[in-house]
Amino acid sequence: MDLRFRDAEPTAEEREAVDALLGPPATAWEGGRRTETDLRVAARPESARDLLLPALHAVNDRVGWISEGALDYICRRLTVPPAEAYGVATFYALLSVKPRPPRVLHVCTDLACQAKGADAVRRRVEERLGPPGQSWQPSPCLGLCERAPAALALEAGSPPTADVYGPVLPEQVTDGLWTDLPATAGPSSNGAAGGSRGEDPRAGDTGEPPAEAAVPQAGQDGLVLLRRIGVADPASLDGYRADGGYAALRRAFRLGPAGVIREVLESGLVGRGGAAFPTGRKWDATARQPDHPHYLVCNADESEPGTFKDRVIMEGDPYALVEAMTIAAYATGCAKGYLYIRGEYPRAIRRLEHAIATARARGLLGTGILGHAFDFDIELRRGAGAYICGEETAIFNSIEGFRGEPRSKPPFPVEKGLFGKPTVVNNVETLVNVLPILEHGAQAYAAIGTEASTGTKLFCVSGNVARPGIYELPFGATLRDLMDLANPVGEPRAVLLGGAAGAFVTDLDIPLTFEGTRQAGATLGSGVVLVLDDSVDLKAMLLRIAEFFRDESCGQCVPCRVGTVRQEEALHRLSERVDERDLLLLREVGQTMRDASICGLGQTAWNAVESAIDRLGVYR
Amino acid sequence: MIPLQPPRRLVDVEVDGESVRVPEGSTILDACTAAGKDVPTLCYGDTLTPKNACRVCVVEVEGSRTLAPACSRKVEPGMTVGTDTERARHSRKVVLELLGSSVDLSTTPRAAEWIEEYGAEPGRFGADAATVEQPAKVDNELYVRDYAKCILCYKCVDACGDQWQNTFAIGVAGRGFDATISTEFDAPLTDSACVYCGNCVEVCPTGALSFKTEFDMRAAGTWDESRQTETTTICSYCGVGCNLTLHVQDNKIVKVTSPHDNPVTHGNLCVKGRFGFGYV
Repeated sequence: MDLRFRDAEPTAEEREAVDALLGPPATAWEGGRRTETDLRVAARPESARDLLLPALHAVNDRVGWISEGALDYICRRLTVPPAEAYGVATFYALLSVKPRPPRVLHVCTDLACQAKGADAVRRRVEERLGPPGQSWQPSPCLGLCERAPAALALEAGSPPTADVYGPVLPEQVTDGLWTDLPATAGPSSNGAAGGSRGEDPRAGDTGEPPAEAAVPQAGQDGLVLLRRIGVADPASLDGYRADGGYAALRRAFRLGPAGVIREVLESGLVGRGGAAFPTGRKWDATARQPDHPHYLVCNADESEPGTFKDRVIMEGDPYALVEAMTIAAYATGCAKGYLYIRGEYPRAIRRLEHAIATARARGLLGTGILGHAFDFDIELRRGAGAYICGEETAIFNSIEGFRGEPRSKPPFPVEKGLFGKPTVVNNVETLVNVLPILEHGAQAYAAIGTEASTGTKLFCVSGNVARPGIYELPFGATLRDLMDLANPVGEPRAVLLGGAAGAFVTDLDIPLTFEGTRQAGATLGSGVVLVLDDSVDLKAMLLRIAEFFRDESCGQCVPCRVGTVRQEEALHRLSERVDERDLLLLREVGQTMRDASICGLGQTAWNAVESAIDRLGVYR
Repeated sequence: MIPLQPPRRLVDVEVDGESVRVPEGSTILDACTAAGKDVPTLCYGDTLTPKNACRVCVVEVEGSRTLAPACSRKVEPGMTVGTDTERARHSRKVVLELLGSSVDLSTTPRAAEWIEEYGAEPGRFGADAATVEQPAKVDNELYVRDYAKCILCYKCVDACGDQWQNTFAIGVAGRGFDATISTEFDAPLTDSACVYCGNCVEVCPTGALSFKTEFDMRAAGTWDESRQTETTTICSYCGVGCNLTLHVQDNKIVKVTSPHDNPVTHGNLCVKGRFGFGYV
C-alpha cells in the first residue's frame, strides 16, 4: 500500500507509547531509521491493521489525546492510510484528536443516574469546571447503576489511572480542585489497563467497594451464576479451582466437542445479550463450517443503559469467564478468542488481564490445555466508548481496526465473521451459563425456569429502589417477585425493562421470561429493570433515551442517522407543547427506523419512546 | 462487448406477484430490473460493492422481520418480494423526507421525482430541523466538495479506497449525524493523498462532488444540461485507451465522465483523462 503522509512528527512520548505496544520499528518503512539494507532490500510489512485501536489507546492513555504526528506514526507502523485511521479515531468517544487535559471526568447522565439526580451533579460540575468538552464530559451509562449517580475519571500518564466515583452527591463537588472530588465510597485509583498485566489486581482497589457490594444476594444459597461472587477471591486461581472451578472444562474434555454442543442444545440455553438466539445452534453452525480458522468473540462491551451484570461477573468471578470461553472454543474449534470489553470498565479489565495471565502461566490457556491436544488463547481488546460496538458484527470491525459500523447480514457471523472467518459471538452471561450446564448436566439445567426459558437470569435493578444491584432469579419469577427483593422506594410508576432499547411496563405481574415479556409487548433485553417512581420526570427520561440513540448511532444508514435526530427534535417540541402532528411524526419515523435500519440500534431506537406514549400516556 | 462468465444456475423468485428467473447470486435489485420494476437507489453504484446505507431501495421480503435492501440482498429460490407494498413505500417516503430535510438534494438526479411519487414532505420536520449545511470546500482547481449535498453513501470513499483507486485520501470521520467525509485531520485536498483522478466525482450520486467548471457555471447560472452534448471518444494521453465521455456546452468541454460498462476501466480515469482537457 502506497501511503502519503503530511509532515507531522510524533513527540518522543507518543513514539514511546506506540513502541511500548508494538516494539521498535523493524524497517524504515515502518517509521524506523533508514539503513543501508533498506535501500537494497524491499520489505513488505505484514498488515497489522487490527492493532490500530490498541495503538490509538496507547497514545490516548499516555498523552490524553492523539495528535497528527502520533496518528501518522501509528499509520506508518501499521501500514494504515491516515484518512482511515482518522476516521477510526474520531469514531470513539473516549479518544480525542484535539488537545485536552490528561485528566477527564466522565459524568454519567444516563437513565439510572438521571433517576437518582445526575442532573444536579452535572450542573454542579459545569459550574465548577465550565462547559463540557475539555476536562469533563457527560457520559452515557457507565455501568455503575447500583452506585448512581456515578462518575469516572480517566487520567492519562504512565501508567494511566482511573477513579470511580459513586454515588456522587452534588454538594460533594466542592470548590476545591475537582480532582479531589470526594465520593461516599472514596475514589479508587486503578492501575488502568495496559500497564498492569499480571500484577495483583487488588492493588489500587482501595476505596472502591468490592464487586459483591453490587449483589444484594451475595453468599445466599441457591445462586448459580453469582454463587462465587463475594465468596471466592477473584484474584486467586487456586481459590477458584477449590470452589469447583475447571470441573466443567474437565467434563467438556470427556464429552468431546460434539458432546458439549449436544449438552448446550439440550439445556435450551439462549443468548443473554438481548436477541435470545439458541446458543447451541450458534455453536453447532460454527463448528460445522469447513472454512478455518474459527474465532471466538466474547462480547463484554456491555453498554446498554442500566446494564452492569457482566461487569459484576468479570470483577467478581473472572476465572469463570476464562473457563467458559475455553469450553466454547473447544466446542466450536477455535484456537483464538477475543474478549472485547468496554473501555469504561477499568477494574474488570484489570481483573481479567490478571486472570488470563494466571491461567496462561498455569497451563489453562495456551498449548495443550490440561494435557489435551487443544490449544486456545484469549486476547483482551478494549473498547473506546461506542455502544454500537456491542452489535455482533460491529464488534468485528472494531477488533479488525475499522470503524465500528455494523455489517449487513447475511452473511451471518457463523459463516463470515471476524477476519471473514466463521465466528461465534457470545455475551459474558451466556458464556458463564455453560459452566452449570456442564457441571450438573443439561437435564438439571433445563429443569430450572420455564419450558421456553431455561436456567436462571441476572437482572440489573436500578432506579428508585432501596437495594439496587444484580439479582439472580430462575426464569418464571414475576416482576413483582423481583420488586419485593429490591424493595422499591415509594410507589413505582413504571419500570423500564431491557434498557434504552427496551420498553416501559406498568404491570408488575409480568413473568420475567423471554416468552412472557414478549407477550406483554416488552423484552427482557439485557436484563435491565429500571424502577421509576413519581418523582422522576418521564419526559426528561425520554429525552435522554433519544439523546442516547442520537449520540450512539454510527451514522451508516439514513433511517437511524437522521431518524434519531428527528426523534429527539420532536420530543423536545413535545416536552413543551403536545401536538398531534409531532406524535404522528414520531410514529412514522419510528416505524421506518424499525423497518429499514441496518442493525438493532436503529431498529430498537423507538421502542421505549413508543411504549411510554402508548402505555404511560406521557404526552396526553 | 460482454465479458464471458461461467454459466450460472437460474433461480425463480416472485416480484410483485410476477415470476422472474435470474442467475444465482443476483441481487433483488437485479430481479426487480428484470421484472421491469423501477426501484429507487442512491447509494447503489453499478461499479461498486453495495454499501446499502441509504435504505431508499428497501423492499418487503416475505418472512423477513425487517425490510431488505434490494441493492445488496441476494435472491434465494422461492423468495417473494414486494416492491410496492405499503410498508416499503412508507419507509421510502420517510427516508426521502429524512434526507430531504437534512441534505440539499437539488442536484440529485431523480430526487424531486421520487419525493413527488412517494408523497414525501421534507418540510414537515420544521424550520429548525438539523441539517448538514456548510460552505462548499473549494481548495483546488479541479473539483469541489460541497458536503451540504452529501448523503454519506460511502461511494467516494470506496472508489478512492480498495475498490478502485487505492489512494485512500478520504474516509468517513466522526459518528452519527456528525459524520463527514474527510481527509486526515480535515486537511485540504492539496495536502492529502489525493491524486485528482476524479473517480469519486464519477460515482457521487448527489452532485456533492463536482467539476470546478460545473460548480462555477452553476453558481453563475449558466449550467444548462439541455444545451449539452455527450461525445464518447478515446483518451489521447497514453496507450491504455480509456473511453472518455466529453460533456460539451457552447462548444466548450464542461465535464468528463467515462462509461461504466467499459470492461477495462469501469468508469475510472486518471487525472489526465478526467481533467486534462484544457488544451482542446
